[in-house]
Order: sequence, then structure tokens, then C-alpha cells
Amino acid sequence: MTVVQETPGAPNPNGGIAPIPVRIGGVRGGPPLRKILRRDTWWLQPALTALGLLGFIAYSIWAALRNGDFYAGAYGRDYLSPLYSPCLTHSCTTAGYVWGGWSWWRISPAWLILAFPGAFRTTCYYYRKAYYRSFWLSPPACAVPDAGSTAEGQGLRKRYSGETRFPLILQNIHRYTWYFAVIFAGILTWDAIAAFRFANGIGLGVGTIILVINAVFIWAYTLGCHACRHLCGGGLKHFSKHKGRYWLWKNVLTHLNEHHQLFAWCSLFSIIVSDLYIYLVASGTITDPRIF
Amino acid sequence: MASTTEQAASTTRPAAPSSTARRAVTLRLWRGDADGGRFVDYEVPALEGEVVLDVVHRIQATSAPDLAVRWNCKAGKCGSCSAEINGKPRLMCMTRMSTLPQDEPITVSPMRTFPVIRDLVTDVSYNFTVAAAIPAFSPGPREADGTYRMAQVDVDRSQEFRKCIECFLCQNVCHVIRDHEDNKAHYAGPRFLIRLAELEMHPLDNLDRRRYISEQMGVGLCNITKCCTEVCPEGIHITDNGIIPLKERVVDARYDPVAWLGRKLLGRKAPQSAAEVAAVAPLWRNGAAKHGSAASKDA
Amino acid sequence: MAELERHDVDVLIIGAGGSGLRAAIEASATGARTAVVCKSLLGKAHTVMAEGGVAAALGNVWSEDNWKVHFRDTMRGGKLLNNWRMAQLHAQEAPDRVLELEEWGALFDRTPDGLILQRDFGGHRYARLAHVGDRTGLELLRTVQQRSVSLGVEVFMECKIVRLLHGPSGEVNGAVGLWRESGRFVVFSAKAVVLASGGVGKTWKFTSNSWESTGDGHALALWAGADLIDMEFVQFHPTGMVWPPSARGILVTEGVRGDGGVLRNSEGRRFMFDYIPDFYAKETADSEAEADQWYENKRDFRRPPELLPRDEVARSINSEVKAGRGSPHGGVFLDIASRRSAEDIKRRLPSMYHQFKELADVDITAEPMEVGPTCHYIMGGVRVDGDTAASTVAGLYACGEVAGGMHGANRLGGNSLSDLLVFGRRAGRYAAEHALGITGATVVDEAQVDAVCNEALGYFDGSGENPYAVHQDLQETMQALVGIIRTESELVEAKERLGDFSERAGTVSVEGHRQFNPGWHLALDLQSMLAVANCTTRSAIERKESRGGHTRDDYRESDPDHFGKINMVSRLRDGVVEVSESPLPTMPAELQALFEEGH
Ligand SMILES: Cc1cc2nc3c(=O)[nH]c(=O)nc-3n(C[C@H](O)[C@H](O)[C@H](O)COP(=O)(O)OP(=O)(O)OC[C@H]3O[C@@H](n4cnc5c(N)ncnc54)[C@H](O)[C@@H]3O)c2cc1C
Ligand code: SF4
Ligand code: SF4
Ligand code: FES
Ligand code: FES
Repeated sequence: MTVVQETPGAPNPNGGIAPIPVRIGGVRGGPPLRKILRRDTWWLQPALTALGLLGFIAYSIWAALRNGDFYAGAYGRDYLSPLYSPCLTHSCTTAGYVWGGWSWWRISPAWLILAFPGAFRTTCYYYRKAYYRSFWLSPPACAVPDAGSTAEGQGLRKRYSGETRFPLILQNIHRYTWYFAVIFAGILTWDAIAAFRFANGIGLGVGTIILVINAVFIWAYTLGCHACRHLCGGGLKHFSKHKGRYWLWKNVLTHLNEHHQLFAWCSLFSIIVSDLYIYLVASGTITDPRIF
Repeated sequence: MASTTEQAASTTRPAAPSSTARRAVTLRLWRGDADGGRFVDYEVPALEGEVVLDVVHRIQATSAPDLAVRWNCKAGKCGSCSAEINGKPRLMCMTRMSTLPQDEPITVSPMRTFPVIRDLVTDVSYNFTVAAAIPAFSPGPREADGTYRMAQVDVDRSQEFRKCIECFLCQNVCHVIRDHEDNKAHYAGPRFLIRLAELEMHPLDNLDRRRYISEQMGVGLCNITKCCTEVCPEGIHITDNGIIPLKERVVDARYDPVAWLGRKLLGRKAPQSAAEVAAVAPLWRNGAAKHGSAASKDA
Repeated sequence: MAELERHDVDVLIIGAGGSGLRAAIEASATGARTAVVCKSLLGKAHTVMAEGGVAAALGNVWSEDNWKVHFRDTMRGGKLLNNWRMAQLHAQEAPDRVLELEEWGALFDRTPDGLILQRDFGGHRYARLAHVGDRTGLELLRTVQQRSVSLGVEVFMECKIVRLLHGPSGEVNGAVGLWRESGRFVVFSAKAVVLASGGVGKTWKFTSNSWESTGDGHALALWAGADLIDMEFVQFHPTGMVWPPSARGILVTEGVRGDGGVLRNSEGRRFMFDYIPDFYAKETADSEAEADQWYENKRDFRRPPELLPRDEVARSINSEVKAGRGSPHGGVFLDIASRRSAEDIKRRLPSMYHQFKELADVDITAEPMEVGPTCHYIMGGVRVDGDTAASTVAGLYACGEVAGGMHGANRLGGNSLSDLLVFGRRAGRYAAEHALGITGATVVDEAQVDAVCNEALGYFDGSGENPYAVHQDLQETMQALVGIIRTESELVEAKERLGDFSERAGTVSVEGHRQFNPGWHLALDLQSMLAVANCTTRSAIERKESRGGHTRDDYRESDPDHFGKINMVSRLRDGVVEVSESPLPTMPAELQALFEEGH
């Protein structure tokens, strides 16, 4: 009935001791592979995800190229766009940002900033799922054939090696990107606090609220990270021997982790909204209403 | 997405002549074996409160007595009745007819990741072979009073994975093997990755399976696209609570330079090698021939 | 049939439920070549459905508990008809068997000091059931399954044993099986055979049992010449689902009542207070106020009547429905929603919550469930020796639900899972010992093999009805005439109808070919169900009293002087089931004393 192959072809590519002696081959039931029997709009989710991610990428490229109007100091507001924070380069000085520094850096500071959170998000377990599904089509949706399917010898990609080879094996460095992400979250928190500093003392503007919300989302996203959950307590064998870490793991990180996808999107939007708002204020298009 | 090409090839046979017939539903069942097959439509009266398995049984008892289907408990507890209903991997006994659109035929086809035996029954021996490749539970000694002490908080995580009813729907939906069959030889699949997670998190277990999980069980092949979690009838958080924590543990053992340095400086044990751990796996210890249902059938 | 597939083993175990796998673990540990055969895939056996827990006097929650109390509860629950030796061994060994599961990886729910948590169940004086939420059977089966795999026990899945083979002096020496997948036969030669084939529920219409429970083991033993006892004692679990029709019979765990659920009739009355028998009056609360306090303080208050043994509760529900005080779909209401918080219910009874939500669209945290009795368990079975699990035929052993005697006239909840472990181990050990004591090769009788194969293939030439139709009729007959409440006239009618059934079942016609053909498998299973139906009906006619799982409308009282002292034995003589009385083994004085002290 089925074809038995004691040890199918190549040695175990993962470096293990030997391939598992399973049967390969045999006829699959059901209609031909490419005929999708799902009746729901399975393509909608990956399509929306793709749109959302492309939208963010497009926006951030535009925002980075702008290299201006990222700081609203000129209008009496200490609002710095999260895409430009920490502001360290030449254009920061010219924008009047107090921390301005590296005069040798002439291109947009946003590139520097995008690189770190960019790496964090690129290696994030949630975003991996999102782009593997919507860009790699691997698979686009459940029980829908992978674009690389070799099940009927018609795949785009010959082998599927998941995250076992270069470059995708680099996803394993995610925890290092998290260490940096914590620093960035700290900086954005500082920015949010700074946003209460008005030209004539403490104040609260719409921009302040936006930056505070942004910082909250960033933290919710950063602390909901799987690497963080692992480092805090997930890696332990006996929770009962580490009461404090267990408490944090269970009552804070696990809850945030359950909504990691939500915060991934919320924080993405809040970054865009913050930057856009500050751009509009800094470019003089609108004035930031002061609440008190 | 309903096809018309297949429909042309299928025949419609009325089942159960019923006096109480109100509405009728059409079930489009895959009939066939290793020599090929096709969809056959069966029209049956719709009865209140039925699940897909009930309708399949009604068809079996009236118009297709040789229709092959697996089932046991009819209550979502045994994981026998897995199939693809309107293209989605599900348990037939836990899918109420009323939740499906009734104006068009409801397709029921066998799980596609495993070779078909007949009709809705597939050869799931792959799973039994992999089960034997899992290094066995290795507890420490009992307490002086003959018991084991374990705190509830320490068993919570593994208990979630032990809810698994081995329906193999997650194995079926996982594209790593569904779409790339050659990977079966070096991939445990989500069901057995959570079994490994269960053992790794078991408060009494003393084995360190991390390298084995990476090198032999292929955890790196999973790209965390979460279809396994989506289909699990037990609602086990396979990816978030099982596979991702395993990936993180594998990072500790294989990829994190600081963890490596820490082990060196503090004189901690290096992660156990895959070969060392394989010695406790029944498959490698007893020889492959002993394991897997199919293996013995060929004997 | 020279080309038949053949296997030679020392111990052949029929059944991969809790008892079969426990036997396999034990047998293979002795070095005997052991094989397990089962009708489904490994890990799907009926044991997986057990919910509530496994009874063992671990004393983790109540230090007062010990084997003697457990023994006494078991005997009282069984209306003293139990094989005392089995009840004693069971109570003594269950704690070790449960602890052993932990050594193999089982994860029971824990007490605050890290021991196994135990819960209350009907008929058990103390909270005694080790459990994991409401999926204890799954935990137990998975544990022995994983243990068997790790020991390299050979498992033949989806293979039905059709008949046992016997040697020249009547001893069992093998079996003929049928691969469900290919429809081919396989012959096992074995020095010892252990029956661990589970129950008979599929013989009745409303049942909590799976398709596998067709009484194959009972029939195999009968056909091999072994004695069956107590076949009239069939347990109807008080709480099965009654709606929707397709879910009718599916079990609602007793854990619902143990955790605070109460039974009400259509008038909203907790009617169980009206049905407390004298036998249990001393330990049962007689007011709602007292009953409700028991959940918090079990020391000073008596238990609610909802937790009386199953036969009492099932009969009471039956009476309420008959009196017209039932629920809309012919059951009564089981209400936990008004008594426990939604979170509590979801945490303690997750699969019940799930089951009702999915199957009946009922949210048990908000509305009551509708429940009614469902055929659940057979106390009767193969007559075995208490210590060795040996049947009355040499080389044949039985354990688990297929064995008789352990539970007497009625089984307490949770006592089955412990029974599987205790006697599974014993059967495995003594079967292996027997096998290893036999030298020389096992030679099976080819004429028997041929006859079995020919008979099984004969169904393809049948000209009669569809096997599904015959099965349905048989179930309806048994449900209507040999159900919870029985009378002479109905039983006699059933007996006569069963005569017709054997003719109908013998000539059913099977469509299609041999490969994975469920119609054919059912035709074969029908033979077993008929054998069981015959034994149950015949024994039920003979037992002219009411006791435990056997209630006679025409003999409402129990008769301690005669029927309380005998087992009904069914055996096959010249192709006909014969039923006879056999005296109960007498309990030694020191155990007898446990009942006189009183509690
Ligand atoms: C819904 C439900 C809930 C329950 N809850 C509890 C509980 O909480 N506590 C408790 O103690 N008990 C409970 N029980 C009872 C208990 O689960 C069963 O009595 C017990 O599991 C029977 O186990 P077993 O090993 O004897 O057989 P089973 O688990 O029934 O296994 C029988 C095995 O024999 C095989 N077999 C049968 N016939 C053949 C054949 N001809 N050839 C080959 N193989 C064959 C089958 O394939 C199967 O593998 C419950 C029962 C049900 C139905
Ligand atoms: S998350 Fe991983 S294991 Fe689960 S289906 Fe996707 S690839 Fe397979
Ligand atoms: S993990 Fe879930 S989907 Fe996978 S086999 Fe277990 S119960 Fe089925
Ligand atoms: S940030 Fe998403 S998992 Fe780490
Ligand atoms: S029949 Fe058991 S899960 Fe469906």
C-alpha cells in the first residue's frame, strides 16, 4: 500500500543521530493538493497583514527620509518622534533638540533607530508568523498549501528547512534584540515624561497623551516578548522554588504574552501616530492643543 | 471555493428514506483508497442537534455500510474521528451541523498529511513511530515516605500538554510535513514537540533533551505559524506554551554565547548530547522494527 | 490456509485499555514475549473516556482513610456480592498502583503539600479519587501507553480477535485475529492469553460506551468454555446526556455532583431526599441545610443524597421521570450553575463545560443540564481467581471490566480505574508465570483456524439484513426489556426474541470488500453482543430479587438468605448458554468484623 523507505536519502540535516525510520510516500486522500476546500475567506487575514506591514514599512521609509520635523521644540513642546529617538546626530542639533550630537552623522537619525527595533520586530515570534504567512506564503493559511509545497512535486522551493539554516537560523538571536529593545523602551518612556515639559513649566497636550500611550504600548509589547517570558521564568523547572519570578511570569508576562499580537499592532500604530502627529505639529500644520 | 469539477464525477445517492424529512443536507464524502478516489454526495434529512459524525453514521447505517471511518467516544475525548470538514481539520464528533453552511454540500475528506487507507481512514503510523523516538520520562528517586512531592504550580504547565487526545490534527495541518513530506524523517511535529515540552517542564524529570529536540526532533523546522494551535480541539496553546518555550530552551543550549560562557565560568554541566539522550528513546534502544503500528503489520 | 500471517508469543493480551496495558507492562517485565492486540488505535481504548478519578485509599486528604474503609465501602456498594478477596486486594494495592503511575510520568492534581489530591465520589466515605480535572482516564491510559512504548511492548492495532484457540485438553493456546485495515486474518499462538477487552455497553441503546464495547472478551471466554458470573448486573449511570438525541447517553461525570451539583425535578425539588434507603440513612444528610454544609465540613456533616451509590440515584431518576416530574427531554435537571461560580466550574470540570457547550449548546455555568440514566458498566464477567486473575479455563486470564466479581452487584465510581491497575498487574504477572512454566512450542489446531476464518468470511455470502439494522433492533430490545427496571414477563420475551436475533445475526449480508469494512466488523461484533445479551437476560430471569444493578419490579426486595449468597454462573454447554447458581466465597472472620463494627 505505502512505500517503505527505511532510511530516506540524506542524513539528518539537523545533525541528529539518524533519520526517524518513518514511511515516506503513499497516496494521500482528498482532491488534488491545489484545490482548496476551505469555504471561509482564509486569504483575508494574510492579505490584511501584508497590507499592514507594507504600510508600516512605507511610512517609516518616508518618515526616515524626511529627516526633519521630528521635534516640536520650536512650538514650545518637548515632543520627539519615536522614530528619531534617541536623537544623536547632526540633524538633531539643527532641529534644536538638546541632546543633539554626532555632527559627522549627516543622514537621517531614523535609520539608526529603525535598525534596532527593526531587528527586534523582525525576529519577534509574532511577526515571524505574520510574514511567513503573508509574504513567504509558508503557509498562507492553515490547510492551504504552502507556496513551496513539494507534496505533489510542484513547489516553488525545493526543500523546506524552516529556521534551521542561514539566514533564518539567526532568528535565534531574538533575545539579544530584546535586550536592546528594553533600552529603547526606556528611552521612549523618558520621551513621554519629557513631553510633560512645556516651555513654561509642566503641562499636558494631546501630543503628551499620544506619547504616553505609545510608551505604554511599547512596554506592553516588549514585556510580552517570548524571550522575556523565558528569561523571567519560563526557563525554570521548579516555579515553586522561585516565588517572585513565578509571580511575575504568571501575573504579568504571561498575560501580556497572550496579547502579544495585539500589542505588536497597537505599538506599530502608536509609533506611526506619534510620528505623524509630531510631524504635523513640528511642521506647523497644526497646533498642539494644550489641555492644562 | 466549492468545486464543480469533482461534482461532475460524483454521484448522488439518497440515504435514509425518512418520513420526518424537513430539510435535507448533502454530505460530500471522500470515497476511495490507495488506488484513487472521488467525492460522493449523500443527501440525508437534517435532524436537530446532530454533529457531522452522526450524519456520517446515518449514511453508513443506510446507504453505505462499507464506509470506513474511525471513531470511538463521540465526545471529543479519544481523538479518533479527525478529518477535514469543508477543508478545515476538525473532529467530526465535535462539529455541529448547525455551525456549517447547509445550502451547499459539506465536504468531508481524510487528513491529507497521512496516506489514505480507505475513505476517511488514514495510516497514522508516522505518529506512533515518532512517539517511540521520544526519550522516556526519567524521574529521580521517591521521597523517604514513598511518595513524590510536586507543587501544583510546577505541574500546571505539563498538565496542559497532557490534555492532548492524540487526534493528530496538529500533525496533519503542520505544513512542515503536510507540504514537505521528506521532513517526516527528522521532524517530531507539534504533537510530539509538546510531549517533549511536557517532559522538559516535568518537575521530576532529570533528562536534558534540548539538543535532541533541536538536532533529532527538528524544532527548528517549525516556523511558528500556529496552525497547530488553531486546530487543536483541546485548545492547547501548542505554539505559545510549548514550541516557543522549547525554542528558547534550545537557544540556551545551542545558540546563546552568554549562556555558554556562563556555563563555562560557573562550571555548570554542558547540555546533554543528542546521542546520549537517544539512548533512552525506545526507538533507538529497542530497534525501529518494534515500534509503529504499521511495522508489525508487515512482519 | 498456509499463507496466514502468524505470530508466536508467550503472553497474548487482548485489549489495550488500562488493564491490558498494565498487564503488558508487568508481563514484559518478567521477560515473557508479550503482545497486545486492540480493535482501535493505541491510546483510544475506552479507558480514555473515564473522567472522575481513580479510587485509592492514599489518605492524602483524609488521614483517617485506609484500605479497610475502602474495602468496606466497596463491599457495601456491591451489596456484599463482591468476591471479597478481590475487593481486599484491590483496596490494599490500589495506592501503590497509583503511586507507580507517578513514577511513569502521570501528573495528578496536587494538594497544597504536594501530594496527590483526592476528590469525593458516591459511596466512598472519604475523598478518595486521585484525579486530573475531569480527564483522569486519559492521564491513566497515556501513562501506561507511554510506559509500554518505552518498554518496547509490541502492539497490534486495529486488529480484532475473532475466536480463541484451544489445545487438546481444552487449554487456551492462541487466537485468530482480523486486521481491520486489510481484512486479512492473523493467527497468534500463545502460552497464555489475557482478556482485557472492556465492557458491553453497545448492546444497549443509550450508553456511555464506545463502539468497541461489544462484549467480545465475555463472548470469547464463553466460547472457550470459561464461566461468566453476575452477568445480570449492569450499571446504568444516573447521569448521561439526554439531549440532543445524537448525544444521548454520553456521560456526565459524577464529579459534577461531587463538586456541588444537585439533582432537581421539574418542580425544582431536590428529590433525592425522598429516596434515601435505610441501608444508607445513617450516613446521608436528610435536609438541604445539612447536605450543603458537607461540602465545606465533611467531618461533622453527612453527605448529600446525590452522592448515594449509582444504582440508587439511577432508580430515583427513573421514578421521577415516570411520575411525570422529568425535564422536557425526559431526564431530570443537574444543576451546578446556581451553586458554584463560573470560574470554579470551568476549572474543575473543563471537559464537561466543553462537552455541553459543543454538543448541546448549553452553558453549564449558566443553566442546568438535563440528564438521565445511561448504560455504563457491567459488573459481571469472566469468573476469575482473586489472586491470579486466572479464569476457569487453563491459560486464560481476565482483568479489567471483562472480569467479574470485583464489584459485586454495583460498582462504585472510581473503583474501575483502580481495578484495572491492580488486576491488570496481577493478570500480567500470573499469565507470564504460567507461560514461562510451559516448555516446548505452542502448536495451534489448524482445523479450528480454518473454521473460524470460513465462518467470518461467510458474511459476505449472507443474504439477510444489513447488520446495522439488526444491531439497532437488538439495542432497542435490550433497552426496553432488559433495562434498569426488569420484570419476568419482559425478560422472558427478551429471551425469546434473542432466539430470533441469533438467526438474523447469522445471516446478515455484508457489502463491499474486506478492506476496512465496518459493516463486516459489526456483523462479527454482533455475535459477541448476542452472547452477552443471552447471558444477561438468562441470569436476570434467574435472580428473583432486586440488588444493585439488577432491579426487578416483581421482586422489589433483596433476598439476603438465598440470592444474597449466590453468584449466577453462565456457561456454554453444547452450544447453549446454561445458567446455574454457585455459592459466594465466604469472607474470613476478620474481614467480616469490619462490617459489624459499624461506622
Ligand atoms: C464515560 C465513562 C467514564 C468513566 N469514568 C470512570 C471513572 O471516573 N472512574 C472509574 O474508575 N471508571 C470509570 N469508567 C469505567 C472505566 O473507564 C472502564 O470500566 C475501564 O476503562 C475499562 O477498562 P478496560 O481496560 O477493562 O477496557 P477498555 O479500556 O474498554 O479497553 C478495551 C480494549 O480491548 C480491546 N478489545 C475489545 N475487544 C477486542 C477484540 N475482540 N479483539 C482485540 N481487542 C479487543 C479494545 O480495542 C480496547 O483496546 C468510565 C467509563 C465511561 C464509559
Ligand atoms: S506552528 Fe510550527 S508546529 Fe505548529 S503548525 Fe506551524 S510550523 Fe507546524
Ligand atoms: S495537541 Fe491538540 S491537535 Fe495535536 S494531537 Fe493533541 S489534541 Fe490533537
Ligand atoms: S517581541 Fe515578539 S516574541 Fe519577542
Ligand atoms: S470520536 Fe472520540 S474524538 Fe471524536
